[in-house]
Amino acid sequence: MSTIIIAIVVLASLAALFGALLGFASVRFRVEGNPVVDQVNDLLPQTQCGQCGFPGCKPYAEAIADGEKINKCPPGGESTIQALADLLGVEPEPLDAEHGAEKDVPMVAYIREDECIGCTKCIQACPVDAILGAAKQMHTVIVDECTGCDLCVEPCPVDCIDMVPQSTDTSSWYWQAPTTGVELIATDRRSLKTEAHA
Amino acid sequence: MTHLIQLHEFDGGIHPPENKRQSNSRPIRKASLPSELVLPLHQHIGAPANPVVAVGDTVLKGQVIAEPEGFVSAPLHAPTSGKISAIEARQVPHASGLSETCIVIEPDGEDTWVEHQGLCDALGLDHCDDIPVDKLLERIRDCGIAGMGGAGFPTAVKLNTGKHKIDTLILNGAECEPYITADDMLMREHASEVIRGAQILLQILGAERCLIGVEDNKPEAIAALDDALVQHNEEHHIDVVTIPTKYPSGGEKQLIQILTGKEVPSGGIPASLGIVCQNVGTAAAIADAVDFGRPLISRITTVTGDAVRDKGNWEVLLGTPVSHLLSLSGYRPAKRERVVMGGPMMGFALPTTELPVVKTTNCLLAPTEKELPTNNPAMACIRCGLCADACPADLLPQQLYWFSKAQEFDKAEQHNLFDCIECGACSYVCPSEIPLVQYYRFSKGAIREERAAAEKAEQARIRYEARIERQEREKAEKEAKRKARAEAAAKAQSVKKEAPAAKASPVAEPAANADLEKLQKQLAAAQAAVAKTKEKLEAAREDPEKADKIPAFESALAKTQDKIKTLAKDIAAAKKAAKSAPAAPGPDKGDPNSPERLQKKWETAAARLETARKRLADAEADGADTVDALRAGVEKQEARVAEAKAAYEASLNSDASASTGASLETAVSNNAGTDNTSAEMVAAKPNPEQLQKKLLAQKDRVEKAKERLEMARAEGLDSVEALEKALNKQLDKLAAFEAQASTTGEV
Repeated sequence: MSTIIIAIVVLASLAALFGALLGFASVRFRVEGNPVVDQVNDLLPQTQCGQCGFPGCKPYAEAIADGEKINKCPPGGESTIQALADLLGVEPEPLDAEHGAEKDVPMVAYIREDECIGCTKCIQACPVDAILGAAKQMHTVIVDECTGCDLCVEPCPVDCIDMVPQSTDTSSWYWQAPTTGVELIATDRRSLKTEAHA
Repeated sequence: MTHLIQLHEFDGGIHPPENKRQSNSRPIRKASLPSELVLPLHQHIGAPANPVVAVGDTVLKGQVIAEPEGFVSAPLHAPTSGKISAIEARQVPHASGLSETCIVIEPDGEDTWVEHQGLCDALGLDHCDDIPVDKLLERIRDCGIAGMGGAGFPTAVKLNTGKHKIDTLILNGAECEPYITADDMLMREHASEVIRGAQILLQILGAERCLIGVEDNKPEAIAALDDALVQHNEEHHIDVVTIPTKYPSGGEKQLIQILTGKEVPSGGIPASLGIVCQNVGTAAAIADAVDFGRPLISRITTVTGDAVRDKGNWEVLLGTPVSHLLSLSGYRPAKRERVVMGGPMMGFALPTTELPVVKTTNCLLAPTEKELPTNNPAMACIRCGLCADACPADLLPQQLYWFSKAQEFDKAEQHNLFDCIECGACSYVCPSEIPLVQYYRFSKGAIREERAAAEKAEQARIRYEARIERQEREKAEKEAKRKARAEAAAKAQSVKKEAPAAKASPVAEPAANADLEKLQKQLAAAQAAVAKTKEKLEAAREDPEKADKIPAFESALAKTQDKIKTLAKDIAAAKKAAKSAPAAPGPDKGDPNSPERLQKKWETAAARLETARKRLADAEADGADTVDALRAGVEKQEARVAEAKAAYEASLNSDASASTGASLETAVSNNAGTDNTSAEMVAAKPNPEQLQKKLLAQKDRVEKAKERLEMARAEGLDSVEALEKALNKQLDKLAAFEAQASTTGEV
């Protein structure tokens, strides 16, 4: 009988001890904010374009953390959806066409400066302050800061903003992967070679 | 006497056919002037140079035509005299085949040098051995010297080792890649410059020794260097080290390992081991720059391959079109043949031969198809592991291949993809002819792009958050301003309201109550207060609910009337006192009419009268002549005493009236501040004209308020309610004024 009591006492005291320890740890090592939001936000492309229907990447990240669908980000495209799916452990879904299509090449805004009337509307629309200018002065886009979000195009009263594909120069160019799918067996290879020579 | 250098070995490596004999059997020839020179602004690693000439300018040989842009950059010099015919985008010798800005020079054929001299002469030094290091570095930078081994890293930047203490300089004369003999020929023909360059480099770096690593397939070059060492009497510091021929022993990290046994850590630089490695060509260029002031405007380039008849090395001006050099060498292009810039292992096929020779062009290889067949289609990886055996960087090429193919870049990075030197040994040994290096290049590029995108995203996030924060701050500031304004307005309003009460109360302050100014203020305040109380009285008369308060108002009015009367009296008395006792000095000038002060005055005057009377009595008793004068004095003193007494009494009276005022005030405030009006009707009636004016102004205001309300209503603004309230207030005021005006009229 006493062994049972001893066991109960020991287990109870152990439970109390570990409970106290866990309680202490939960207070002492409390994580401020929701870490999932930050992780999701890090995966989003930060174009701040609002195509997802939220006023920026952070709000969308918060919404995703609250259970919003992960396929609403056209600038991020399939790779972002995949990364989000991996992070959240959900099934990747195809990009929701309602929010726009993924662009093949990154775009940047370009202001046709002759036509700019200096209304500052695009400056107010730019989510990353990438447009430089003042009232009644010509505006211009800081290309390095432009995320290609399109938000400046709509408010322009004289339609002088174009979205142009970001150009590749020798420093941003890199080798493309060799074309795959032509791995042949030796005999095929020989015939292909003679063909090429002929 | 050369030191005994213990050689080490790096893992892997291959022994491809050397193919060097074709081009190193004849001396270096000088290439003729082409019809135009095309100089890309970006011939080095770092930022492109910035042109400082304009189209149409005439330039001399060696003149600066583009300045470096930023720290990691190099200037550009005119390789010959002539005219700038264009500054435009031209296709540059780059694997991408893209165009970049180039300066095009049309040579005038004179080849006139710009004024130039050695650094020693330029500085006017007697001993050319002690040129300051910063001057040497400046000269190297100004002469546009960039690594001539292939990468093109600006030499001055590389020599700026910062905190690292350098003990060993390594000159790279290994030239391990097949076909290329440019460094071999340079060492043979310009060994003295190479040694001189080594001396300068040793001085700059403060290093103790220099090792010149040369592969054992270049005995002539080694002999020439040894001779030059003896000539320069530098056997104690500089050693020419013969290393076994093996590809890629000319790789910087591999050569360091061979010569010192040290391995450059992953992601690190040789300087962290106390080692700096330079190409022998760079050393010769440094000697030319320092000793003769010649900038980097030409280089030695090998033209070889079975498609050219005259294989050999050329001293060629930078910017010379490849086609010009090929035609000098008797190039006979056949179908499907290509020209490779660089060697067969690491070079790239040029999209066209109309591309210029640049600072890093060590070889132009024009092989026939038979000599260097195009890549066969790749076959499947059979996991033989030959690539891992061949890898000089001890990587796992096979794993890297799988990860690159599957685009699992993070895994490729974990397998140290970025330690790959892209030497091509793995592709060379691969029995399945898989273009492994191309996979790695692709992966590296994709990873770099990803990194750049992540960096940009991070930047965008920071800017976005900063913008949001700024907007919120601006909003808060606006709100705070608006609040401050509203508060100020409310304060002003309350001050106006409280003015009567506040002004009535000072009467109760004992210290101030005899002050003439204060009395006058009190009077004015009481008079002003009357206006308000009167309004309320009127309102009370009209409002049956407040009818019971009318008697109170009336009594208050009567009281205020009394008060005003007393105040008027006090003022008169105070004025008199001020006049009668103008000389009254004293520390508390601020309050000369206080009763205490007046009392004192009275007492002193009385005391003086006493003394004067005594003197008069004495004089009378003595029968002095001064009796008359003294009598007059006494009479005057008597008058003064009387005056002082009167003033004192008057001040006492005003004191008393002030206390009545105070009690009245309390009574008034008990009545919820609704009373102190009616005295106006009796004592301080504002004249009817003023009232009339006020009335008109108020009518005006009401009109305006109405207009505004109409407008707001028409536009459906939110401010309608506020405007309605304002209008009501103005209407109330107007009614009050009208009532006041009518009463005044009656009175």
